[in-house]
Formats: sequence, structure tokens, C-alpha cells
Amino acid sequence: MQQASTQSALIKRKTSAIYRVLGDRIFLAVVLLLALSLIALTLGLGYFLYLGGSQTINKEGFFGFLTGTTWDPALRLEFGIWPYVVGTLITSLAALVLSVPVALAAAIFTAEYAPRWLAGIINYLVDLMAAVPSVVYGIWGIFVLAPFLREAFYLPVFLWASENAPWLVRYLGNPAGYGLFTGIVVLSSMIIPFTAALSRDAISLVPVAQREGAYALGATRWEVMQMVILPYARGGIFAGAMLALGRALGETMAIAMVIGNGNILPYTLFGPASTMPAVIALELKEAVEDLHYSAIIGVGFFLFLIAFIVNATASYLLNKLKVSEQRF
Amino acid sequence: MRNLQARYARDRVILFVVVIGTILAALPLTLVLFYAVVNGFSSLDWNFFTKGPKPPGETGGGMAPAIVGTLVITGTGLLIATPFGIAAGILMAEYPDNKLNPTLRLLSDTLNGMPAILKGLLAYVLVVKAQGSFSGFSGALAMAFIMVPIIAKSTESMLKLVPWNIREAGLALGLPRWRVILSLVLPAARGGVVTGMLLATARAAGEAAPLIFTAFGNTLLTLNLSQPMDALPLRLYAYAISPYEDWHRLAWAAALVLLALVVLTSLLARWATRGRF
Repeated sequence: MQQASTQSALIKRKTSAIYRVLGDRIFLAVVLLLALSLIALTLGLGYFLYLGGSQTINKEGFFGFLTGTTWDPALRLEFGIWPYVVGTLITSLAALVLSVPVALAAAIFTAEYAPRWLAGIINYLVDLMAAVPSVVYGIWGIFVLAPFLREAFYLPVFLWASENAPWLVRYLGNPAGYGLFTGIVVLSSMIIPFTAALSRDAISLVPVAQREGAYALGATRWEVMQMVILPYARGGIFAGAMLALGRALGETMAIAMVIGNGNILPYTLFGPASTMPAVIALELKEAVEDLHYSAIIGVGFFLFLIAFIVNATASYLLNKLKVSEQRF
Repeated sequence: MRNLQARYARDRVILFVVVIGTILAALPLTLVLFYAVVNGFSSLDWNFFTKGPKPPGETGGGMAPAIVGTLVITGTGLLIATPFGIAAGILMAEYPDNKLNPTLRLLSDTLNGMPAILKGLLAYVLVVKAQGSFSGFSGALAMAFIMVPIIAKSTESMLKLVPWNIREAGLALGLPRWRVILSLVLPAARGGVVTGMLLATARAAGEAAPLIFTAFGNTLLTLNLSQPMDALPLRLYAYAISPYEDWHRLAWAAALVLLALVVLTSLLARWATRGRF
């Protein structure tokens, strides 16, 4: 590179110095400016959301706003976002717990066991899954999954509990189909591809010599997986799960469509609940009071804080470990 | 050392579990595709693409304003996002020792993972609140916020695939660095860069959340970006939560169209970058 430019400098050219030196400087300046605005956008996102929410955040106090449990935009104009924070954390973490084993199984199967053609098909499906719009999962959740879960799972469990274990009923909640558990199921199916794709990539980065060494020592496939591959790929798998958690925290439409949107704590297993993105999507365009409007943007600010920490950690790990989603 | 038979048995059990897990992972997408085709295909007729929405209770009607709106909003968003995304990609791939790069890469990836609804909220605070009205432009801006980090990432990886020799050849001929990038590297990576833009557009086109309070939705066909505008995912959402059977039918058809868009772009992307990975 360096050599090439000195060589080129030796050749006499007709182009002027302005064209060369100034052109390079201007080009770099323009590129830097445009790229800087990307950084400004990321940080500005937090700044403007804080600005928009400051009215209510100042009124309720930073922690009062975060931990208040009453969200009453109609009568008392009291705003506490704790029910939404809890809803977001419960749904995201539960969805992560449900989806990681499944995603990991898919990654292991395609990386180690499946014949090439089958692995190709599964990988394509997984990548496709990440691109399916949230509303499409949502409409499927409303018309297919929720009625199915109600008939096949909620009602039988509820009826059994009301006969044999009445104390359980108040933890189960209304088995209408649209509630916390349906939200978790939809969410976990939506975030499978993120963990799966990154785990697959992490597994494929394990040096071939290490596997062959283990095989040569007489290990079975699972023993190679368990003793060589998974420990090596651990970091990448963790980063993938982190990325999936980030996606889960911000998932909006599908959740808003199936979770029932009730904001009274404590949440029950089958009963309605709500999340931070859902309340933003559902209430912002109907907000009339300044305080209500500002409170919703304040919810956005706290969602920004949570999502920023999770996503920045995931990005840092992925860049450090050089794991990437296969984009195409 | 344990008995060899036991170890093999254990291996087979694990394989069984792994296969079950893989089936479970592929199940949701398969079901979504299946139900979208079953419920949506019969409603995909000429009316769907050419007629506007009918008042509640009347049957028939279509989604022409929503389809046009999605095209206009995502198209405008792409125009806004492209220079920023490609510039960031160029900086990360062509100037590897730039001091800004680690920060840029970290924040760009972070931005990519940030909830789309927050990007919509930013567009709301910056445009809708400032102007006092919902508009197609604010929706396009939200779409652009979604697309920029995706375009940046794909441009970076595509430029990195261009062999370094090409740059050296250009420099050896006396081309300044900016001409090397614009006339040699970018054209060589053109297919991949365009594919990245396409994928970013497809990702953004399916987003409803940031459009609810920016583009807002509109039952009339409009090309005016300062007016509220309809979009396909927005109309899908509105119809899916409505109580009317006929609207549910149209919502499924819209879901099928969005799915087809996603499948087509991903197939196109595979085809355009075949043999590169």
C-alpha cells in the first residue's frame, strides 16, 4: 500500500495537485462528516428522548418515574412505568430462556450433524426468519397461536387448577388467550434466528485441528461438541444470546397484538400484561395531555437506556470475537 | 473410561434431542408461512392492488394506498439513508486505521439493534412535534434511521471483499485515493452494496411500529410527503385488530405480500452474492 503510493508518486502525471491532495482531503472530510452523523444519531436518540420526556421525569423524579406502579393518564395524571419495565424484562428474559436451547440445537445440528444440503436449507430458513416483519408474527399470534394455546393449554390447566389447586388460580389469571404467556411464546419464536445464526458462526470459527485432535483421541461427536467446540464457541454464543435479548426488548407490534395490554401489577401467567414498546405504540398518537405525551417519550428514554446497554455489550463482544451473522 | 456402548448410546440420544430442537426452531416460520398462504392467497386479486379501503362493514376494497405509501415512504427513506450508510461503510473498510472506526463500528452495530420504535419516536420528536402534524416524510425519516446501520454494515463487508490488488493497481496508475474508491472499489462491489440496500429496504418496509405515530395511516391515496400516508404493515395492523371478517381477510393478504417481499429479496440477495462466501 505504502509502496504503491510512493511508486505512483514517481510517475509524472498531468493531474494537478488540487485534484490529488485537495480531492483526497475533501473526500475524507465528507465521508467523515457523514459517518459522524451516524454516531450523532445513536447518541442523539437518547438525548432527544430524554428531552421529550423530561417534563414528566422531572415531575415524578427519575426513580419515582421508573418505580412508580400507577399509570393513570386519564384522571390523576400519575405516571409510573414500573409495570411496563417489569413486563418488558419478564417477556424478554423468559423468551430468551425458551429460545436459546432451541436455537443452540439448530446451530449444533447445522454445523456438525446435518448433511450439507439440509444445513443449507435450515440456514436459509433461519436467516429468513430474522427478516419476517413483526406484524406478520402478530397476525399469526392473534388468529392462530392465541386461540390454539387457549384451547389446548390455558383452559385445561385453568380448569384443572380450579378443581384441584384453587390457590394456583390467582397466579394463572384469565385464560382468554391474549396475555403474558402468549406474548412470551411469540417473542421466543421471533428471536430464535439471532441466537441461532451467531452460534452457528461461532461454532464454525472453532479451528479444525482442535476437532480433529479430539476425534483422533477417540471422542464421539457429542464429546467433541461438549469438550472442544462449545467451550471454544462459548463467547460467541453468549454474544448471540445478548443480541437476541436486545431484539426481544424492543419487539413491538407482535407483542402489542397478543399480550392483552393490561398494566396492573402483579402480572399473572395467562392474564394481560404490557411492555414498554407496546405502550409507546398504543398510546402515543392518542395522547392529549402534555404530561401524558411526555411520559410516553420518557418510557422511550428508559427503553433506550436498557436496550443501549444490552446492544452495546452484544456489539462489543461480537466485534471482539469477530463473530457475525451471515448476512446473505 | 466409560463403556463404549454407553458413550455411543449417549451420542444418539443427544442427536435425537438436537434434531427435535432444530424442528422446533423451524416450526414457527413454517407455520407462519403456511397460515399466511392459506388465509391470504385467495384474497390476492386485482382489487387488492388497485382499490382503496372500503368503510367498515362493506366487503371488498383493497390496499392500493398502503402499497403506494410503503413504496414512497421506504423509497424516500432509502434516498436519505444511502449517503450516510455508504460513507460509514467506506470509512470502515477503506480507511482501516482511522481513529473513529472502533467507535463508529460499535455505535453503528448498537444502533442496528436498537428498537425500531425508538427510531420512530425520534422522528416523531424531530419532525411531527416540530411541525404539528403527522406526515409521510417523518415516516420516511424513521425508515432511514432503521436502514442506515444496515447499509453501513453490508457496505463495509462488501468493500472488504474487493481484493486489495485492485486498489494498488489504481494507485500505481497515479489515481488519487478518492478516485480509486469511487471508480474502482465501489463499482467492483456494486452488486453487493446494492443488495445490502435492498435488504435494508425490505427490513424497513415491514416495520409498522415506527410508522404508527409518524406516517399515521391514510385511507386515501396520496403522494404528498407532507400529508399522513398509509403503509402496508400499518394497514395490516389496523385490520388485524378490527372486528370485521372481511378486514381480517385483507390483513392476511397483506401479510402474505410482506412475506413474499422478504422471501424475494433474500433469494435475490443470495443470487447476487453467490459464491462470495
